[in-house]
Amino acid sequence: MSKKPMNEAERRRLAMEQSLTQLGNLIYEQINNHEFPWIHMQSRSIDNIMYDPEERQYVLGPRMIRRHSRNIRHIRPFTQLIWTAWFSKELVRQRKTSTLREVYYSARGQRDIEYNDQTESDNIITDLEVALNRAREDFHIFPEERSAIFGDLTIEYTVPGYEGRRMNLTDHPDGVMIGPALTSSEFVDTSADKVLVIEKGAMFTRLVEEKAHERFNAILIHTAGQSPRSTRGIINRLAHDHGLPVYVFTDGDPWGVHIAMVIISGSANAAHLRGLTTPDAKWIGVWGSDIIDYKLPTEPLTDFDVKRLKELKDDPRYKDEIWQRELDIFMKLGQKAELEAFSRYGLTYIVDEYLPAKLES
Amino acid sequence: MTQVEYQSISPSDFFYRNRELAGFSNPSRATYTAVRELLENSLDACESQQEPPEIYIRISEVGGSQSAETTIYKLRIEDNGTGVPEEHVPKAFGSVFYGSKYTLKQSRGTFGLGGTMAALYGQITTHKPMVVTSSTGGEIHEFTMMIDIQNNQANILKHNVKQNPSGWRGTVLEHQMEGDYSRIMYRLLDYLKQTAMVNPFADIMYTDPKGRLYRFERGTDKMPLLPKVVEYHPHGVDVETFRRLISTTKAKNLKEFMMTHFQGIGPTTADRFLEFAGMNPSTKPQNLSPDDIVKIVRATKDYTGFKRPDASCLSPIGEELLETGIRKELGLTDEDYIKVVTRKPSTYLGFPFIVEAAVATGPTVRKTHGPGITLYRFANRIPLLFDEGSCVIWKAANKNINWKTYKVESDTPLVIAVHVCSTKIPYKSVGKEYMADQPEVEKEITNAIREASRGVRVYISRKFRMAREKRRLNIFTKYLPKIAEFASKLAEKPMPDVQPLLDIVSTNIPEVEKKL
Repeated sequence: MSKKPMNEAERRRLAMEQSLTQLGNLIYEQINNHEFPWIHMQSRSIDNIMYDPEERQYVLGPRMIRRHSRNIRHIRPFTQLIWTAWFSKELVRQRKTSTLREVYYSARGQRDIEYNDQTESDNIITDLEVALNRAREDFHIFPEERSAIFGDLTIEYTVPGYEGRRMNLTDHPDGVMIGPALTSSEFVDTSADKVLVIEKGAMFTRLVEEKAHERFNAILIHTAGQSPRSTRGIINRLAHDHGLPVYVFTDGDPWGVHIAMVIISGSANAAHLRGLTTPDAKWIGVWGSDIIDYKLPTEPLTDFDVKRLKELKDDPRYKDEIWQRELDIFMKLGQKAELEAFSRYGLTYIVDEYLPAKLES
Repeated sequence: MTQVEYQSISPSDFFYRNRELAGFSNPSRATYTAVRELLENSLDACESQQEPPEIYIRISEVGGSQSAETTIYKLRIEDNGTGVPEEHVPKAFGSVFYGSKYTLKQSRGTFGLGGTMAALYGQITTHKPMVVTSSTGGEIHEFTMMIDIQNNQANILKHNVKQNPSGWRGTVLEHQMEGDYSRIMYRLLDYLKQTAMVNPFADIMYTDPKGRLYRFERGTDKMPLLPKVVEYHPHGVDVETFRRLISTTKAKNLKEFMMTHFQGIGPTTADRFLEFAGMNPSTKPQNLSPDDIVKIVRATKDYTGFKRPDASCLSPIGEELLETGIRKELGLTDEDYIKVVTRKPSTYLGFPFIVEAAVATGPTVRKTHGPGITLYRFANRIPLLFDEGSCVIWKAANKNINWKTYKVESDTPLVIAVHVCSTKIPYKSVGKEYMADQPEVEKEITNAIREASRGVRVYISRKFRMAREKRRLNIFTKYLPKIAEFASKLAEKPMPDVQPLLDIVSTNIPEVEKKL
């Protein structure tokens, strides 16, 4: 595994700062020319989001929109966008990070930068991503959700005060939180030969206790439900940059299935971004067929579950035969099973029997 | 077997026993009705000589009531009207159903009880005499008298005659009554204000029991034309009226009778109608049998060849005067919208009537009346204050008109004033506070409001667009400097000037104003 040059993170940071400055220059010039400022960006409306079979993820279509401050309906979001750009530049310049929620509250502290709710603020941040063609993590804004990682991976921090400091991710038995510092760190070395992604915290802890990372020679990642972008980014880096195969292990219901799918093919919300998907990742369970094969205790599907299953069946990401087959089995059984269902065979069964069998196949 | 005793009662006695019919049902309502009757009498007296009325009303506390809830008040009203000739004073104020209003023309008084009823009520509650001072320009006569209720006549206690060097003309009436002012204060002030609205040529002053003076100044010296006395319209006559006419007529035959006592009937119409009714034109009126009379009266309802009733017996306020009155009492400015419409005369059941409507909206109306519709109802120039929801005017304003088409929303401040004048207002009850929904009257009221509202849509759209343009400019004024500020911070350059951009936005406002 090759070690990246120390100044890679610094180079990205400077590029980001420059990109934000350019946006400022553009608008500055427009105002100086007595022109109402405007910017061009890709449309994020639903009819401009399409599935790209080549990229194996959702992408934005060719349609562009103009956000124009002459338009009375645009001027407020336009102002919000410029403010967010300025706020981001300050973060990048001062090597600080912030969260979606903090950005929202910082805006409220500003006179005349109003948001009705955090959703509006989050949306503007997504707009800025589209306008600059960069992920919000690049301009140092992170979501609240925190997932965790554990396993033999040595990282080297790039955040201020920790530059060059190294850590092995087996150092802490609860796993290490995937936050801004971890996200921006360099991956130095690993002995693992696979990545095991788990939806639930209890199962993650079980696997750590049972030393699954050693037995399967794996890096363990806990998504805490639908995985945050930074986690998906890390999975992508491990798969893409370090060539590790990725296995995703979720509840056996439509929601669990979709957690796996978003890791594999991405979400419509992030259609403007690249580098968050891992198309070669494998969903290894809990499958509909596992419910039968392992005689797992189940619960009946709710109406809500059934509706979701139907939606997934029509989703282009699920067009492959294996997905259709599993969705059909759930539908036919009318049952679902949680990861914890394996506990009926004892606490270690999943590590002793199930996972080895699954990874084998 | 008990013996049944029969006795007749005088009109005074009747109203003494049924005073709630005339609006004296309780102490507070009685206070209101007394002022109202006296004021309306005075207004009529002034108008009949085409003199702008100057009326002064005073209610003062005398005290000494037996009940804790009521007080004894002294009520005094002065006017500059015609004055009552000496010989008529005892009858005019000492008996009911005596007056100058029992003819066919529009007048304010409701029952012809007017001042007498107020005095009668005062007498039965306080047992104090009234004092009437009046002059028609010559000597001043001051009568102190009480009403002999059983005999419906005045009992004069004192009669002073004074010299009148200044030539004063008018009437002063003073009497005491038991009443309750505190509960009716707001109604009474409202009543005075609304009276001033439809009598913009009248100066009305009022001193309340606390000594507070209210003045409703006149806004003009112009007065509406006096109504004329007219003959009956054949559609509006009933069997009893017909019988009375026959008993007094000098006409020698039925044809002449029809031509003399009914309006708009010439020889041709008389012949055609009598043929229609199956009557011989040369019959002596006195020889008609009761069945004949019923037959003729029925025929008048079915015959369609009569002219429309003569409206010269009506006295609408007129668009100019009504606008003056409403403007002054609501304090409207040029910013506000007001439109007054006087409709052409129309008829129902043979009675002529005219509807007038005024519609006002705007910032002043919002300030004084708040959002929604405020209704002012008038009948023969007197305000109707009670039972608004039962009145046909309310129905016309709230149910018959789709306000959306005028851009009027539920929170749009809107004042609607409707005046109906007629020889017979279609009151629904003896209280005379609301009108029945006579289809012809309802239609006229609805059309009058519609006509007066025609400009409302344009007015509101204009206000709306102006407000929107101002709002737009505010938004740009608010956000453009912010965009400039953060763009300059991003670019690390000095703050650019956004004024040229704001100028572009604000130049649009006069354009919009011009277009409208």
